[in-house]
Amino acid sequence: MSVAVPLFRTPRALGEVFTPKVTLAHGGGGKAMKDLIDDVFIRAFTTSAPAPLEDQARIGLCELTARGDRLAFTTDSFVVDPLFFPGGDIGKLAVCGTVNDLAVGGAVPLYLSCAAIVEEGVSVKLLRDIAASMAAMAAEAGVKIVTGDTKVVQRGGCDSLFLTTTGVGVIRAGINLGVEKARVGDAVLVNGVLGDHGATILCARGDMMLEAPITSDCACLHDLIASLLQAAPGVRFMRDATRGGVATVLNEIAEASHIALEIDEEATPIRAEVKGFCEILGLDPLYLANEGKIVVIAPPAEVEAALDAMRGHPLGRDACAIGRAIEDEPGRVTMRTILGGRRIVDMLVGEQLPRIC
Amino acid sequence: MKYVEEFRDGAKARVLAKEIRRLAKIIDRPADRPIHIMEVCGGHTHSIFRYGIEGMLPESVELVHGPGCPVCVLPMGRVDDCVSIAEREGVIFATFGDAMRVPGSSKSLLQAKADGADVRMVYSPMDALAIARQRPDREVVFFGLGFETTMPSTALTILRAERLRVQNFSVFCNHITIVPTIKAILDSPDIRLDGFLGPGHVSMVIGVKPYEFVARFYRKPMVVAGFEPLDILQSIWMVMKQLAEGRCEIENQYGRVAPERGNDPALSAVGRVYELRAFFEWRGLGSIDHSGVRLREEYARFDAERRFAIPNLKIADPKSCQCGEVLKGAIKPWQCKVFGTACTPQTPLGALMVSSEGACAAYHQFGRFPKREAAE
Repeated sequence: MSVAVPLFRTPRALGEVFTPKVTLAHGGGGKAMKDLIDDVFIRAFTTSAPAPLEDQARIGLCELTARGDRLAFTTDSFVVDPLFFPGGDIGKLAVCGTVNDLAVGGAVPLYLSCAAIVEEGVSVKLLRDIAASMAAMAAEAGVKIVTGDTKVVQRGGCDSLFLTTTGVGVIRAGINLGVEKARVGDAVLVNGVLGDHGATILCARGDMMLEAPITSDCACLHDLIASLLQAAPGVRFMRDATRGGVATVLNEIAEASHIALEIDEEATPIRAEVKGFCEILGLDPLYLANEGKIVVIAPPAEVEAALDAMRGHPLGRDACAIGRAIEDEPGRVTMRTILGGRRIVDMLVGEQLPRIC
Repeated sequence: MKYVEEFRDGAKARVLAKEIRRLAKIIDRPADRPIHIMEVCGGHTHSIFRYGIEGMLPESVELVHGPGCPVCVLPMGRVDDCVSIAEREGVIFATFGDAMRVPGSSKSLLQAKADGADVRMVYSPMDALAIARQRPDREVVFFGLGFETTMPSTALTILRAERLRVQNFSVFCNHITIVPTIKAILDSPDIRLDGFLGPGHVSMVIGVKPYEFVARFYRKPMVVAGFEPLDILQSIWMVMKQLAEGRCEIENQYGRVAPERGNDPALSAVGRVYELRAFFEWRGLGSIDHSGVRLREEYARFDAERRFAIPNLKIADPKSCQCGEVLKGAIKPWQCKVFGTACTPQTPLGALMVSSEGACAAYHQFGRFPKREAAE
């Protein structure tokens, strides 16, 4: 009689880090590194019982094909200073940024990877806090962080912590958004006030010695976008207005679609605090980064439906139309100023530099 | 925003624009000789473009964008001097942001930073002094730049450094003065100006009186103007009114900020710390007598020019560059031979293409619309 020997697969015990700070040993590929990855990332990101670690995440194709007919795939790196700011932190930003990059293409975001480059000397608690923040945001967004990598570099090799997230999602059959699809007569919509994130980060760096009651708009927009696409399936294109701000996105659209865009200064929603902040420093809020705002190009017949759908969502309550695609020199973005004058809204050459006086 | 948005009211702006058009009809001019009004200050140039004000004016009124952008008029040799100081061992070079992109003969401060120089952007000279106190092991040099607007803050910082006995702080002084510059422009043979918008921020420090020579000796009207769009439109209207009534006076539209007699504490700090240079070199305008200041002998230890051996080379502006003619209003930016071709904001040849207050960069960035189109 043969006795079946049961194969025990006990849950793997997670390693722990007991030193307060990350050292080069944590990047050496040995036990210390395994402990750091376990303690910080696996603990935060694992939603079921810990399983043996593989070098890759495995995703069933059936699960993907059931949801749509194209895979969306994107990556983004995050190097924000400071790591924690009013309204978010680098971890939340890394999840939202990649989720939004998937969602604006009409994809349902599903899986993320997370690669961390850590400077030696960074506190382990800080890493745990950031991983917890990523996990919380991922849970809220309904995405799983399924693979990752950690490197430790010498002091000065990076600025505390750099994160890279890569995401995959699935685009439902029939959705075909494109930056080249704007037509004359289309409306330009946004889902709320502009420039909050950029102003918050500049403020939080503290070297301006200005304090303003502004918080980052950092948020995952997939849900808002899903309602928007349901209510207004004819929407031509959308993009999140991150680095370079709304002005940059508008220029990208005008160039790719060979049309001109005109926005109304009066209709452009900017918080009084952000306006005041920009006034003092000589910055233009149209170029400030957003982390929870999209620019939407909607055909005239669906403008109201699109606005209603966005306004019905907590992240789109202040949604409004800021301009339109017009017949003019293709590729040109202009603004009708509050005085009734016109000016060109060009791409920035480099960084916005505060003016001397 | 309180006290700001009141000065951006579109309805009031249209009323002013209409009044300006009415006055333009009254002032008798041949069609080929429009009324030329120079805004001296770069801040005005920025607002004019930012709000599309030129497009609201009639064909017969033209704005000439003057030399009042301190970043733009900085000669290439001075930028080279900055780079040479910044690249010294142990130096932290602190500067206002928009000075970082100004091209020198080999590189800008931004490029020097990429090459390893410790160049830091500050918002006030006091920030530079704070760095010096935090880092007594380093030499901190502040790039003192600007007209009378920024001169007092540099002076007060030097006085504070003296009080605190800070040993490792100095200023590379490139401050310039407005009055000799306006005079040089008025003396230049190739200009035809009918009036001026006076610099509001400078006047906040020096008051309105120093401009009296403009009316008395050169018979030109000047209105000291604020920086909001309604300020600028009202000031243009005031200049036009003087022209229509055959007056030439110095008027103050910006009374809410610029006092008639100037700001005494600021002026006394300026008088204590600086003395006039015999002459100062300007990009595009050449050398102008008494147009710059340096630190007095008593403050020599805070003077980077005396503290470091700097090359102090004179470097001619690129031949093809017509910044000088643009600055004097002799040609419009887009009439320059290299505008938009060899000289763009990405690769500025001339200084006017560098700062957002420079007329060429402003035209390049904000565009030029036919007046008809914008007035619709």
